[in-house]
Amino acid sequence: MENIDWGLVDWSRAQFALTAMYHWIFVPLTLGLSFIIAMMETIYVKTGNLEWKKVTKFWMTIFGINFAIGVATGIILEFEFGTNWSNYSWFVGDIFGAPLAIEGIMAFFMESTFIAIMFFGWNKVSKNIHLLSTWLVAIGSNLSALWILVANGWMQNPSGMTFNPETVRNEMNNFWDVLFNPAAINKFIHTISSAYVLASIFVIGVSAWYILKNRELFLAKRSIILASVFGFFAIIFTIGTGDGSAKVIARYQPMKLAAMEGLYEGQTNAPLVAFGFFGSKDENQPNMEKFAFSVKIPSALSFLAFFNSDAFVPGIKDLVHGNKEQNILSYEERIEKGKIAIDALLAYKNAKKTNEIELAESSLKLFNDNFEHFGYGYYFGKDPHLLVPNVKISFYSFHIMVILGVFFLLLFILTFYFGFKNKLENKKWLLWLSLWTIPLAYIASEAGWVVAEVGRQPWVIQDLMPNIAAVSQLDQSSVQITFFLFLAIFTALLIAEIKILLTQIRKGSHNEEIVESINEGGNK
Amino acid sequence: MFENLSHLSLQQYWWLIDSLLGALLVFLLFVQGGQTLIYTLGKTNGERDIVVNSLGRKWEFTFTTLVTFGGALFASFPLFYSTSFGGAYWVWMAILFAFIIQAVSYEYRKKESNFLGKKTYEFFLFINGLLGTILLGTAVSTFFTGSMFSVNKLNLLNLSSDRMPVISSWETPFHGLEAVWTVDNLAFLQNLALGLAVFFLARTLALLYFQNNIDNEEINARTKKCLKINSVLFLMFFLFWLIRLMFIEGFAVNPETKEIFMEPYKYFNNLIEMPIVLIIMLIGVVLVLLGLFMSIFKGKDNGIWFTGPGTVLTVFALFLIAGYNNTSFYPSTFDLQSSLTIENSSSSHFTLTAMSYVSLIVPFVLAYIWFAWRAMDKKKITLEEIESESHSY
Repeated sequence: MENIDWGLVDWSRAQFALTAMYHWIFVPLTLGLSFIIAMMETIYVKTGNLEWKKVTKFWMTIFGINFAIGVATGIILEFEFGTNWSNYSWFVGDIFGAPLAIEGIMAFFMESTFIAIMFFGWNKVSKNIHLLSTWLVAIGSNLSALWILVANGWMQNPSGMTFNPETVRNEMNNFWDVLFNPAAINKFIHTISSAYVLASIFVIGVSAWYILKNRELFLAKRSIILASVFGFFAIIFTIGTGDGSAKVIARYQPMKLAAMEGLYEGQTNAPLVAFGFFGSKDENQPNMEKFAFSVKIPSALSFLAFFNSDAFVPGIKDLVHGNKEQNILSYEERIEKGKIAIDALLAYKNAKKTNEIELAESSLKLFNDNFEHFGYGYYFGKDPHLLVPNVKISFYSFHIMVILGVFFLLLFILTFYFGFKNKLENKKWLLWLSLWTIPLAYIASEAGWVVAEVGRQPWVIQDLMPNIAAVSQLDQSSVQITFFLFLAIFTALLIAEIKILLTQIRKGSHNEEIVESINEGGNK
Repeated sequence: MFENLSHLSLQQYWWLIDSLLGALLVFLLFVQGGQTLIYTLGKTNGERDIVVNSLGRKWEFTFTTLVTFGGALFASFPLFYSTSFGGAYWVWMAILFAFIIQAVSYEYRKKESNFLGKKTYEFFLFINGLLGTILLGTAVSTFFTGSMFSVNKLNLLNLSSDRMPVISSWETPFHGLEAVWTVDNLAFLQNLALGLAVFFLARTLALLYFQNNIDNEEINARTKKCLKINSVLFLMFFLFWLIRLMFIEGFAVNPETKEIFMEPYKYFNNLIEMPIVLIIMLIGVVLVLLGLFMSIFKGKDNGIWFTGPGTVLTVFALFLIAGYNNTSFYPSTFDLQSSLTIENSSSSHFTLTAMSYVSLIVPFVLAYIWFAWRAMDKKKITLEEIESESHSY
């Protein structure tokens, strides 16, 4: 196709990536902190200890500051599906729209209703109703994550639908297949548990700072123990579902797996790159990144992907150029077949209009025979390497995420052990390490989304719709303007958030508002 | 249950749900209206704090309703979502910007080290109140006056075209902004009138809400004064829009051929041909006027409990006449046959059925919102109460 405005596609992608990445700075802390606060308040209600009420209120203040900006960035994401990806909205709106609407009806209202009681209802409702509201805020926040992640999982592995040639779109035929899509289930648990990990690290890091400053010792020590336990179980789930995700990716998105591992030549007993660095490109192989240095674990990738160390893992070259031995069609062939599907559907629609029944039937059969390659047809006449995601970004973000995940597991064990033994004050190195792990948690969290989203490019819906066929008909300059406006406003708000957070943390739980409210409310 | 309904019945059911959400959203815009009155009603820092905190405990309902309204439209009428949002880009982007800056402003306004300063966040709230209401009103008016777009699903399959393979295209470079200067059929007057009507309605509702929610003599005295002028301006713009709507040509659908054509007095005819909708609208208008009357002339503080539901009923009826009775709810003035109807823009029978089951939880959602609202508003808000809270705006 010569009519593709590549600049528009790239700027639209950049705008969505910008919004999603900013949004994801704030969301994991909201998801995890909401449960941590609910647990703290439960302890307060059970024990009646006002110190726990103070601890709860302190973390609630932090939650509120972070929550507001998450909401601000979230609204853009929902509407960007329409504003910047209008074709996509039509092509899959029948499936994708449902989770979004359910998210609004089930989750957002629960969250926004009970958050008012959580913040302002301390002296207006009973202790138990307040506690219930705090739990419902946590459940509502996490439910909203469920539905959007179901939608995202569906894009990575479309299921529970059929293509309707009459309406030229995909239509849902099994709601449960969409909801329980293996990609969606793994994605949901992996994502929310990683959010709990981030929130736990945030709580531990801030608390560690208090201990270093010899302040807020009750709050800090209790918070560290609680967050370490929560974080430990969360990271176990994160690692477990990460492994599950890799298996799903190996099955449904082999190119993403190959890019994540920088694997060009497919092989049996494929090794896993524990870590490595890419060097400069070979001029004779411009489409290939080469490792300058790497440490590999023999057969581990085959085992990780297929539970079988002898299994064949296709590399990027196998997927682009095909591998007859392994029965892998080349991208060149898939592009041809995709073009046949697109042309056949057009012929079918035209034959229907002119009432040529035989032609319509044969065109529809041809379309159905080639439908699984439909999206590849948009690359007809183009270099098939355009269907390869950015290998360096996929590889580095995947490995950063995995390495940091293992580190977090060790950190939770250490903070729990020394916290439980009440020896944290003597472990300055651990306290400093905990504090400096906060930014690492954010890096790991963002890296996870980079792997998921960059690794699947150029597919908006795997194999069915590439980004070049999904965008809205806009001027590139319009998207550039909104991109920079978003960048400016999100950055300003991020600076504001960080400054406010730091100030509130410096004030601690003994600040006037919290102390006065505890005194006025008493043990209510 | 729902699976036995015809596709058309499900489309009508979902237009009803979307209309209800739209109507609730317009009512909840009182938060936006109130944000434009912070300095009018609050002459001291304490008074402004009362106004902001009174609104701050409700802003999320408006925000959530907007998001749910968008999500429900996406799920039920995806072709509308892709055509309008992807086409009227600047209008929707301006609305979104207005809502981004609102979300943080309550929380950050009074916090120390808030980077931009208290006044900036108050200005953000004002901008949200001004732009959010006027733009939403103007955008909704195009449901009756039309927009310049075309829809061709075969574009997705035409790889040899000189355009991008996009189904819905906006046919002016202004991407929706032209709604305020389109002179054909004086559409700009109609669109602006509804934008301004929504703006003054939001302020009127906010003033009624303050009367019911704030316990402060100075603020209450200023509220009474402001209510008269804002309700008069609201009625002036709304009646102009409504009366003119009854006389303009509307975008009708031939039920047999599905062809779109212009029909004189279409929206008036819709009201007459759907008496239940007419009754809903009349009850709504009476309740709106009753609430205003009781507040302005009887000095009561419960006007919001009449004008609020009245607003919901009136707007609900207006949405229904936009989409029911063989009417195009999102008409195209560029290519009449590209106009969107509840039939040609909806999701499949299966999806609408699945979504309809989900809609059964709406009464439950409304019930817990009611419970929470009552619990929070048992007592009117005062400066003392705000100061006793650990969390305030």
